[in-house]
Amino acid sequence: MSDATSSGPMLAADGTPLKTSLARSLRMRKLRALMLIAPLLLFVLITFIAPILQMLLRSVENQIVSDTLPETVVALEQWDATTGDIPGEFAFEAIYLDLAIAVEQKLHTRLGSRLNYEETGMASLFRKSGRRIGRFDTDVYTDQFTDLNAAWEDPETWYEIFGDERNVAELPLVGRSWQRWAALFEAEGETVGKRDLEDFLFAALHYETRQDRYITSENPLLLQAMRAQSETPFETSRLIPQFEDADEDWLDHAVWQTIKTYSPRYTSGYFLNAIDMEKSPEGAVAKPENLQIYIKLFWRTLFMSLVITGSCILLGYPVAWILANLPSRSANLLLILVLLPFWTSLLVRTSAWKVMLQDQGVINNVLVWIGLVAENDRLALINNQTGTIIAMTHILLPFMILPLYSVMKTISPSYLRAAKSLGATNWTAFWRVYFPQSVPGIGAGSILVFILAIGYYITPEIVGGTSGIFISNRIAYHISSSLNWGLAAALGAILLVLVLGLYWCYDKIVGIDNVKLGG
Amino acid sequence: MADTGRSDAFVEFERVQKSYDGENLVVKDLNLSMPKGEFLTMLGPSGSGKTTCLMMLAGFETATHGDIRLDGTSINNIPPHKRGIGMVFQNYALFPHMTVAENLSFPLEVRKMGKSEREAKVNRALEMVQMGAFGGRRPAQLSGGQQQRIALARALVFEAELVLMDEPLGALDKQLREHMQFEIKRIADNLGITVVYVTHDQTEALTMSDRVAVFNDGVIQQLAPPDTLYEAPENSFVAQFIGENNTLEGVVTEMMGDACVVRLDDGSELDATPINVSKVGERTRVSIRPERVEFNKERLSPDAHTLKAQVMEFIYMGDIFRTRLKVAGNDEFIIKTRNAPDQVRLEPGSEIEIGWLARDCRALDAS
Repeated sequence: MSDATSSGPMLAADGTPLKTSLARSLRMRKLRALMLIAPLLLFVLITFIAPILQMLLRSVENQIVSDTLPETVVALEQWDATTGDIPGEFAFEAIYLDLAIAVEQKLHTRLGSRLNYEETGMASLFRKSGRRIGRFDTDVYTDQFTDLNAAWEDPETWYEIFGDERNVAELPLVGRSWQRWAALFEAEGETVGKRDLEDFLFAALHYETRQDRYITSENPLLLQAMRAQSETPFETSRLIPQFEDADEDWLDHAVWQTIKTYSPRYTSGYFLNAIDMEKSPEGAVAKPENLQIYIKLFWRTLFMSLVITGSCILLGYPVAWILANLPSRSANLLLILVLLPFWTSLLVRTSAWKVMLQDQGVINNVLVWIGLVAENDRLALINNQTGTIIAMTHILLPFMILPLYSVMKTISPSYLRAAKSLGATNWTAFWRVYFPQSVPGIGAGSILVFILAIGYYITPEIVGGTSGIFISNRIAYHISSSLNWGLAAALGAILLVLVLGLYWCYDKIVGIDNVKLGG
Repeated sequence: MADTGRSDAFVEFERVQKSYDGENLVVKDLNLSMPKGEFLTMLGPSGSGKTTCLMMLAGFETATHGDIRLDGTSINNIPPHKRGIGMVFQNYALFPHMTVAENLSFPLEVRKMGKSEREAKVNRALEMVQMGAFGGRRPAQLSGGQQQRIALARALVFEAELVLMDEPLGALDKQLREHMQFEIKRIADNLGITVVYVTHDQTEALTMSDRVAVFNDGVIQQLAPPDTLYEAPENSFVAQFIGENNTLEGVVTEMMGDACVVRLDDGSELDATPINVSKVGERTRVSIRPERVEFNKERLSPDAHTLKAQVMEFIYMGDIFRTRLKVAGNDEFIIKTRNAPDQVRLEPGSEIEIGWLARDCRALDAS
């Protein structure tokens, strides 16, 4: 060793640095080890890590707005939401085009339910408007353009004009609208063919060829349309009244503000929602008091998980101690009893607690029969926090007992004897000598129980009522009932970060080396 | 063998019995008395009851029957922590979550001693085992020998007058073990403490003890100082168990007071001292130490009986020669000779005659 410090790095026999040659000789072995774990690694990556990451991504993803309403998103960039006025006709023109295509794609209802998470009423607004949009009197444009030149009626004309990138660059709005519309049919393997051109295409054409526009296209049809409109402006179809007619919420500032707020492709909205905040023109602000639920739920989840962990320690420690100090024959028998609950379904165990704990249940009946509780004053043991704590303590108890037992098993009885021979009473010997050595078991058990508890779902769902549910029940609700997966993902991500944070704290305070699952 | 009733008895076992299952006695009718300051070793094979005796004395096992007294008072019903007996465990039982100093301070703390007094005593105890610089270490950071010293210091730090040691050197290598034997003995002598030491290593027992109690089958076979034990075993178990021993079986043919003649099964005769035999015709097992066998006829008395022996194997062991012989059908007969300049090296295959002084050959029970 002194060689290495005095004369540079150690060299192997062939002159290469010892470190390099060691790494080379170990590489093969490492590779082989890697191949052994590869199946599991791949399995975990594909079926566990990847879905989790994908789910977490959903908590910030928001492409649906900019994908469904691309023109509106662009148009609203010019609108200042803080003035309190709704945007002008230009925004309605844009959303008309977007909605017309979205209706063809049947995407408008999906967008409506997405925006409904942020602003109630959006779902019905989009549904209703989707039904009405085909009946807007934008056919005036169709008529006027075809009157001007019958060639506009022929889809081939459109293919020709907007197949040319220069024209698309010149008339982006109509170009894009045409391409999106045509793409709908091309995706299904057919061309637009002789299909009737939709009114909104002519509306778009009008918006970009009306009098205030100057076009340098060489296309005679376009030039004709532009010139005609600069001489005698077309008869127009005002959209604001028609939208108002479809649903007067379109005149509501909040609707437009919601669309603008959620137009970026990625949003912090779900996360803000998950911590009881919302987006506003002034940035993130707290929701009104009566709508705040998640922070409270997070605290409750944390608090109840701690209580459950605590009661598991209190109940599990003596059991583990007895197990560890019995001769192994009887200890094995008792250990099977500890594991017995695993043989029955979690659902059955939880339902059993329902039978035990309910108002007319076994426990209350016994208490009334003994006379500890009055008949009309039965204890509320279920559908509240008490129920959740009792049932979950029971269900998670084995996860506390097993690591405790395996750690206690390694504590030699000679420590207690030594302490007693040195003059310690039974209690001192236990508290000063035995207990500190069993702390790693408590740590391991607590981490197991706490982490299991914090994400528990079935038991709180069944016995928790409304006051005893956990954040995971809310996540499940958003996954399966409200279908707000983004919020569910945000809540899940926060939960994950919370657990990792607590784990980090635990490591800092107790030290993760101090956790033992056995010998 | 029992020497009860000594007036200066410090530790006394009186008719002590112990059974775990209600069917077998692990300790059968144990009587033992120790004066203050004695170093007594309980020696025996595993399962002989020696550790059980120690545990009863420490208070971790209760005697099924009988009385255990410490300094005149019966301690049968005193819990271990009030007995004030220091103990060194087989695996040291140093508390792994405490530093060395905290380990040593523990017995003083539970005795509610003041901080400065504690520190002084801990330091003195550490100095005594030459571990003064290790107070801040954890037991896991110490070598086996160092842990052993700390365990010893911890058993001594609260000034117990009686210290029990349960095979304390079992986990050490040979050299360290020999060193620690002297160390423990020196400290025990310096402090004048009474020590009950349990071991299955007879060398340890012989080198350290004032007296050795040889246990077998729950009974003390012999309680005697080491030299008596080695040179004058009272029965064939002790003879076999202590040191190396040659045995030959036969029948007593002549009794002449403090000597007798034994005829072996092949007809040859030898001289012996009768110990456990009383009359002619009794079967006996004679015991002779390897180093007391003589094959140089000039050193034997002319009328002594000799036996024919065939040299089977010669082993050079440095300081001694070890020769295996076949004597009267027993081909495990060992003789040891000192590696002196004039010493003869016996050739394997050669025939010799061996003999010994009658007092070195003990006729014991045949069992």
